[in-house]
Amino acid sequence: METYLALAKFAQTWGLVYFVAVFVLMLAYVMRPAGKSKYEEASKIPLKED
Amino acid sequence: MQLTESNAARKSLNGNEAVAIALFALLAFIFICVAAVATTSEYSFHAFLLSAASVAAVFGVGNRYFARDIVIPQELVDGRPNYNMEPVRVATLAALFWGVAGFLVGVTIAAQLAFPALNFDTAWLSFGRLRPLHTSAVIFAFGGNVLIATSLYVVQRTSRARLAGDLSPWFVVLGYNVFIVIAGTGYLLGITQSKEYAEPEWYADLLLTIVWIVYFLVFLGTILKRKEPHIFVANWFYLAFIVTIAVLHLGNNASIPVSIASSKSYIVWSGVQDAMVQWWYGHNAVGFFLTAGFLAIMYYFMPKRANMPIYSYRLSIIHFWALIFLYIWAGPHHLHYTALPDWAQTLGMTFSIMLWMPSWGGMINGLMTLSGAWDKLRTDPVLRMMTVAVAFYGMSTFEGPVMSIKAVNSLSHYTDWTIGHVHSGALGWVAYISFGAIYCLVPWLWNRKEMYSLKLVNWHFWISTLGIVLYITAMWVSGILQGLMWRAYTALGFLEYSFIETVEAMRPFYVVRMLGGLLFLVGALLMVVNVWLTIRKPASETESETGQLQLQSV
Amino acid sequence: MSLWKHHQRFERNSILLIFGILIVIAIGGLVEIAPLFYLKSTIEKVDGVRPYTPLELIGRDIYVKEGCYSCHSQMVRALRDEVERYGPYSLAAESIYDHPFQWGSKRTGPDLARVGGKYSDDWHFQHLNDPRSVVPTSIMPSYPWLAKNRVPLDDVESRMKILAFLGVPYTKEMIANAKNDLQQQAQKDSPDADELRSRYPKAVVGEFDGNPGYVSEADALIAYLQMLGTLVDFKTFNNKANLR
Repeated sequence: METYLALAKFAQTWGLVYFVAVFVLMLAYVMRPAGKSKYEEASKIPLKED
Repeated sequence: MQLTESNAARKSLNGNEAVAIALFALLAFIFICVAAVATTSEYSFHAFLLSAASVAAVFGVGNRYFARDIVIPQELVDGRPNYNMEPVRVATLAALFWGVAGFLVGVTIAAQLAFPALNFDTAWLSFGRLRPLHTSAVIFAFGGNVLIATSLYVVQRTSRARLAGDLSPWFVVLGYNVFIVIAGTGYLLGITQSKEYAEPEWYADLLLTIVWIVYFLVFLGTILKRKEPHIFVANWFYLAFIVTIAVLHLGNNASIPVSIASSKSYIVWSGVQDAMVQWWYGHNAVGFFLTAGFLAIMYYFMPKRANMPIYSYRLSIIHFWALIFLYIWAGPHHLHYTALPDWAQTLGMTFSIMLWMPSWGGMINGLMTLSGAWDKLRTDPVLRMMTVAVAFYGMSTFEGPVMSIKAVNSLSHYTDWTIGHVHSGALGWVAYISFGAIYCLVPWLWNRKEMYSLKLVNWHFWISTLGIVLYITAMWVSGILQGLMWRAYTALGFLEYSFIETVEAMRPFYVVRMLGGLLFLVGALLMVVNVWLTIRKPASETESETGQLQLQSV
Repeated sequence: MSLWKHHQRFERNSILLIFGILIVIAIGGLVEIAPLFYLKSTIEKVDGVRPYTPLELIGRDIYVKEGCYSCHSQMVRALRDEVERYGPYSLAAESIYDHPFQWGSKRTGPDLARVGGKYSDDWHFQHLNDPRSVVPTSIMPSYPWLAKNRVPLDDVESRMKILAFLGVPYTKEMIANAKNDLQQQAQKDSPDADELRSRYPKAVVGEFDGNPGYVSEADALIAYLQMLGTLVDFKTFNNKANLR
């Protein structure tokens, strides 16, 4: 039980911080300006003909 | 005659064909043995059925060998990918068949609740056995075949590569439908493990596991040999759907059969743990089968039909990861105020509410893809159907988080409100996006310019929309009414209604719901007629309007 | 910048994508499911809860087979109106031997978690045979075949063995006597009733379907219904000891 409570407390604090950080990193990566052309290209894949 | 013989002499069975024939012949024999030792006639019937399917597979592989050219179909023909669309066609037609069957059973059980005499005092016609038949037929038989058909189509087109494997795609499509037949007939015969949306017994689960692994390998193999450097986002969703459903299926169906001669098995989990595992599975069957898979359809078919690129590819990436991360936590909202620990309930509620955001990310992305092409909604009933599907998706993914709030859930749970919610998602979102995809696919697959009649599509749209509206409003009213009646107190502090009084109050709404379902079924029948007429129509000489090339069939 | 390139692999490498998906979906499930196997409130046993008798077990399997869970829940939630309508709210320990659980998700009919002992055997038999003969406005299907179908006697032992393997405390003695216990429980004034109750306290013994000829599916199902929710004595149960 003790280990569970300690684990739960850790998850509820640092776990939250960790997942928020991961989410922010993901946002930053996806929104970075350099990716724009690549994503525009990808969004047109269904419209391409072979 | 002589020519065929000399041809046959020169070509030989390849390794895959030889192994498949040997394996299915062995299976046919094993299933016969199982049938002989089976403890019940129902189980023995299933063993015979599986044996017959194995024999059919042997003949199928054999026939295919005699009919095929000396060499296996090539990757490229005239420098263009030589797509393998035959299995896709079969899965599309199977989806149509199971769709109508599933809606019909749905109308039947709706009628049974209004008029209990319709159970006919017969075991295999009673509500308890038909209800899982309905849910499995619409989710796994109809929805599953739509997902298999569209995924095998989309992965080829967006990878610009022929489907991986030669026999395996056929094994996926046909094996999956054999699983459906085993599962469905099992319910009627009383073979079930009672886990909602996972009712098939151990041997059917085993069959599905094998089919699913092959499905995964075919899908992945096609991605691996793609010519396009980027993996298109629809394939991400399909992949998440395939992988996660495999994990969920194995976890929730962990069971031990009483013996090889018995169809009965016991689930490894018990009580509260089993409840949690069940709804971890159950809610993510919604999240990954009925959401991720059909979002993949949205991400390919809506841009294609509207001839517009996806509104925001970035949003699609963000909402993909957020959606699959958050969904998996939402299960405990099916167990509010039960013996499940409070912290788990609270986690389930919290994540369900957060889930609203990525869900609407998907909705916004789907709807905004039409920006600049809104006028097409007036002229194209197929696009309209898919757009309304996305709107229904938005509506039910808002209603879901609301219902996951404990206070709301204490009223809504166990009532028809849940049924109404499920059907606004199932009919409005899943079925409509599927209908839209089928209306796109059929002309592409059979090289027609367009469906036989867009007017019929229009009729389908309006009739079934009316049906959905009748269905969900009836269930909202009856659900909230019953929830309130259960907790109503008299001035003296006694419960005001006996249980049976609350049942009596449901009667008119059950009749309205039945009518709504009937309209939905009529709409689906119009679709079947339309598809039939489209396929029967002679092939157009030119390529279809959307620019699909003539498909090379094997 | 090297980090960006690293991320780009997700969109280009399908194997990485699969592992990413697997990790992301594993987290929620593990956090919610794993603790349930060692938390006190979910694994603690409560006085009175015992494994099902062979007849009750077969009855439960028939409950599963006919899809009763489609319309009946077995979970009294901790809400005032439910406790007043059905009885004390359900404890995790009460379904500890349920493979699979039968909490249900819909109440087209009433909750059955505490239905045991509320109606007579005769009432249940009438009601299963023809619900509208006892509840005129009921919408439940009739189950006339239950009284006709015999309970198979040959595989009850193997069923109990599998459950014992999964952790249900069936003893060797219980399994050895399974067939006899099954038949004796469905027999009025059974000579072995006391012996049965020594193995399975509070077991209800009787001629549930009023037909002494054979053990029918109705016998088994009614035996199961009559024990539902009766095992824990809530007069002596201390709910503070069962903190959720």
